[in-house]
Parts: sequence; C-alpha cells; structure tokens
Amino acid sequence: MDALAATEGSKRGTSIRIEGVEQDFGAFPALRDVSLHIQPGELVALLGPSGSGKTTLLRVIAGLNSPDRGRILFDGENATNLPVQDRHVGMVFQNYALFKHMTVADNIGYGLRVRPRRTRPSRAAIKARVTELLQFVQLDGLGGRYPAQLSGGQRQRVALARALAIEPRVLLLDEPFGALDARVRKDLRRWLRDIHKQTGLTTVFVTHDQDEAMELADRVVVLNEGRIEQIGTPEELYDRPASPFVISFVGEAVALPVTISDGHVTFGGRELHIDTHGLRSGPARVFFRPADIAVAAEGSGDLEGRVESLRRTPAGVRATIAIDGYDQTLEIDSPLERSASLGGRVPLSLAKARIFPADENGDYVNAGDGI
Amino acid sequence: MSDMSEMSEIAVASSGRGVKFRPVTQDSSFARYTLIATAVLFLALFLFAPLAIVFVEAFSKGIGHFLTAFDDPDARAAIRLTLLVAAIAVPANLVFGLAASWSIAKFSFPGKSVLITLIDLPFSVSPVVAGLVYVLVFGGQGLFGPWLAAHGVQIIFAVPGIVLATIFVTFPFVARELIPLMEEQGKIEEEAALTLGASGFKTFLTVTLPNIKWGLLYGVLLCNARAMGEFGAVSVVSGHIRGLTNTIPLQVEILYNEYNNVAAFALAVLLAGLALVTLGLKTFLEWRHADALFGRARRH
Repeated sequence: MDALAATEGSKRGTSIRIEGVEQDFGAFPALRDVSLHIQPGELVALLGPSGSGKTTLLRVIAGLNSPDRGRILFDGENATNLPVQDRHVGMVFQNYALFKHMTVADNIGYGLRVRPRRTRPSRAAIKARVTELLQFVQLDGLGGRYPAQLSGGQRQRVALARALAIEPRVLLLDEPFGALDARVRKDLRRWLRDIHKQTGLTTVFVTHDQDEAMELADRVVVLNEGRIEQIGTPEELYDRPASPFVISFVGEAVALPVTISDGHVTFGGRELHIDTHGLRSGPARVFFRPADIAVAAEGSGDLEGRVESLRRTPAGVRATIAIDGYDQTLEIDSPLERSASLGGRVPLSLAKARIFPADENGDYVNAGDGI
Repeated sequence: MSDMSEMSEIAVASSGRGVKFRPVTQDSSFARYTLIATAVLFLALFLFAPLAIVFVEAFSKGIGHFLTAFDDPDARAAIRLTLLVAAIAVPANLVFGLAASWSIAKFSFPGKSVLITLIDLPFSVSPVVAGLVYVLVFGGQGLFGPWLAAHGVQIIFAVPGIVLATIFVTFPFVARELIPLMEEQGKIEEEAALTLGASGFKTFLTVTLPNIKWGLLYGVLLCNARAMGEFGAVSVVSGHIRGLTNTIPLQVEILYNEYNNVAAFALAVLLAGLALVTLGLKTFLEWRHADALFGRARRH
C-alpha cells in the first residue's frame, strides 16, 4: 500500500472555498452566486438535475472553466487564476477520457511522464508507481491492455488510478458511475467510499442520482438552475429540506396547494393541523412524503380519500388512495386491522409535513416547520 | 460485431434446416448484380482504360525512348519545380489545416461557420479563377504589382506565384479531413491531459496528434497528390517559361501540343504513378487504421 503512502502528504486534505462564483454561457447563467466551503478530507456530492450547473461547478473547481465572477480558494490561497496544470486536481471524467492510444500503464503514468525534467521521476520510479497504483485499484497485470479491452468498471478504476498518480490535492469525479450498470455501480460506490477513507483526499463528485449522493457523501450540495438550494448532510436534506425543490428532488413528495389565513391552513375546505407560526397569509404548498401519511382512526384525520384499489402485502395492505381535491393517487401501506373496503372513504392523517408559503413572485420559498 | 456473428449463425442454422434465408434489407440478386455491373463498367470505361493508355503510350516506342524523355533538361527542371512546390505547399497546408481544424473543432467563436465555408471555397471555385485572382493581386498591373516591382520581388510568372496558387487550391484537403475527426473526438482527452499537468504543447503532441495521425497522413497524401498535379491555377500564374516555371502538368501539355507523345506520356506516367502510389498508401493506411481501431478490441 505504498500508493497510499505516496498520498500521505495530503492526508489531511485540502479545503476548498468557493465564494460568490458566477458563470454565464451566453445569455444562460450556468452558475449564480454559488458559495460553498468544503472541509479538508470531506466527501461532498454535487446533486442536481441536468442543467443545474453541477458539472460546471466541478469544472470551475478543476480550473477547466474560469468563472466570470467570484473566487476559488484552495487551503485559503486564491486559486481562481491558477492554470489547470498547476492546481493538482485529480479529475475523473464522466466517460473516463482515457487515452485510447495508450496502454493502461501509460495512461496511469501519463501525469508523471509529462512533468518538466526537473521534477520528473525516473523511468523506474514511474514504473514502480504505476505498478503500485494498478495493485491499489485491483487491476494487477492489466497494465499492458488498451482501454478498449477493459470493461466499464475497469476503465473507471484506470481513470481513478491515473488521477491519483499525480498525488492530487483534491479528487473530483464527474458522474463517476453514470455509465455503468446497476450492479457494478453498487460495488464501485462502496469501493469509492473505501478509497476516500484510505487516501483522506478532499473529494467532490457530481451526480444526478440522489441515492448515490445520499449513500456516499458526508454532505450533499443540491443545485438547481445554477443556484445552491441547500447544503447539508443526508439527514438534514431528508428531515429539513430547505425548499420545495429539495423535498421533491430528494425522494418522493406529494405537494398540496393550500391557503394560510390567520394561522390556519386549509386544503379544499378542510383544516390541516400544521404549525404556521411566523408565516405570511396567502397561498402556500404543503409537502409530505408518501410514508408520512397513514390511514387514521374513524372520525379523525387531516385529509380524506377514496380507496381506488387494494393489494395484499406481507405486512398488511397497500391501498391506492385518491385524496379529495388532489389529482394524483397515493399508495399507502396500512396494517390489516385498519384495512378499508374498496371504493370506501378513509380518513388520513399526516405524521410530518412541510409548508412553503408563496412569496411576492408566487415562488414557494422559506420553509415552515410543518407538523 | 457480435450482432454480425449472431446473424451469420442464424443464417447457417436456418440454411441447415433447408430454410431459404434472406435478410429483409437485401435486394434481389438481379438488382444486386445489375448495380455492381454498372459500377464496374463505368470504372473500367472512365478510369482503368485511360490509366492503362497512359502507360501504353509512354512505352509505345520502347523503354529506351521512355527514358530519354527524362534526359531533357526542361523535363528535369519541371520535375524539380514540382517537387519544390509540393515541398512548400504541403507543409504550409499541414500547418494551416491543423490550426483551422483545431480552432473549429475545439473552440466556439463568432464566424465559425463562415470560416468552414471559406475553407471549402477552393473546392467550389474554378482553379483558373484562383490563378487570375493572384495575377490581379500580385501581377505587374495588379494591386501590389508596382510596389513589388519597386522592391524587386517577382511573384507572378515565377516560383512564388506557383507556390501561392498551389497552396490556394490544396488548402481544404488537410483541414477537411481533420475537422470531422476532431469534432468527433471532442476535447475531453485534452482536458484530461491538462488536469494531469501537461502543457498545451505537450497535450497536442501526446494526445491530439496520436488521435488524428491517420487522418492527418491521409489528408497530407491527398494534398500532395493535388499539389503535384494541379494544372489550372498554376497555368495562369506560371507564364510557361521552359526550364523555369513549368511544372510537370504544364510540361506535359507543352510536349503534347508539340506532338511529342512519348515524352508527354512519359511525364504523365510520373503523375499517374504518383496517383497509384497515393491510392496504395491510402488503402494501406485505411487498413492499418482499421486495425489500430478494431484489432485490439478483437483480441480481447
């Protein structure tokens, strides 16, 4: 594990500070006032739908894009104008970007071979380092192959070994598992987590897959339309989503249009028992997870619905229920004893919900605490 | 490729059972043979026959006569001039083609489509017009003519004019070959090289160039063939001074007009030979290129 020892120097990891970064592509703003502080050794996911600016942000950190405004600091030093070659970032590209005409070993050793003569290791040293890295990424003996002869997962490992070869200050991965099939993805996730633990490198990866972000990252940065919607641990994102976008993007959510007046929340004429402390009156949205709604005892409940279909499950019954005044159906699991009859009406209670009142522009913003 | 092998397996299996198998996309054999025959006939009539006649005419009075054609100092001067012009025009277009295709494929800038169209201009404009344009710009009565004459520089009716005209007619070759290739490859590998610490020039040498080398060589070959064979544009700017400004194609025309058929066709054999060598190299490259692309994957 000398390959690890070689990155030992950066064991503590480098902190990355992003201050007010903006980037426009023509008239289209790709990043809008993005500020983010990544701790040394942290594993951070940039999560968002396509076009949210997550890859642009990663490229700004790498130095492949230069922002129109704002600063990037590595360990407190301004790196905004540092050329990409001098940033020492280990970048793993979305489709790996391996050099097709070079063997695996030559790919991995590339970053060492292209160094200026003064700092270039000897041939033997490069060879030794490549062998270590091949071992480290569990590709022993495949150094003589060409990228075209490798599977997707193997290419991914070569790309990572190549990035690690230069002893990077930070590790950046763009959709690291995007092109792989589901089973390989699972294995590689665990493996990336291990690599991160072993190298201690500050690691930032881009993904559109919320499961991937939640499972791997210490903190997740949710991006939407070039803006950061929320930065938080997976727990914070699940339990205290800061915006309607976050609650809808991170897991499933049901949105009900409601009205707040004098501290009371009404939906289709019924009052919902939601704390509206400090919230302005007017239109609002209530968001809740399908898991947070349950069939309530007769005569109670916040909402009412009609049972559209029933299906037996090992633990009880799964009912498809159409909520009055809401145009989509929900699947609700309920224990056998409370099972309702097909076509019958059932009271429903909300265990947890979040309310987002509309602002002047009609956007649903600052979060209320909900129930 | 695996699809193909599956296909043939199915074909074998079904023919084994005596079932007549024809892929739905295949035309009837009558249509196929008619098309092939037409194509072959055309090629024979318009390509192979003339090419053969060049060689037959050149050797019609024996190999001795053929060789004496090259003893003529004017013929030798024409060969030297043609080689010189190609030696200048081809590297010039190599540099231009690389620069143009690099900027078109890897950057976006205003006027990009105009640049692409301009590169195609020599393909669409008659070479004679190209030659005339140079005469109008650099000739004695031309735009810069008096200034050039005052400084003792002669371009038209001299070697510089021939080189310029040749560069003009050949400059799409390398660029046209490289633009689609580079566009397809994108710049992701170059970006990877940059993040690994390679300088721009090193990235070009170690990543870009190996990826485009076959396309580049292909473009250079075609460019060279055209540079040596160009007639129209060169004819206008050359002035046809024997032993001085005649390239091989111009010399061939002069000899032919003097009814010196053997000498004319002897020189023509050089050009035809060049064409055949180019074709051979091109085929060889395509074969090697394909091997480099697919061969390794097949060994997997």
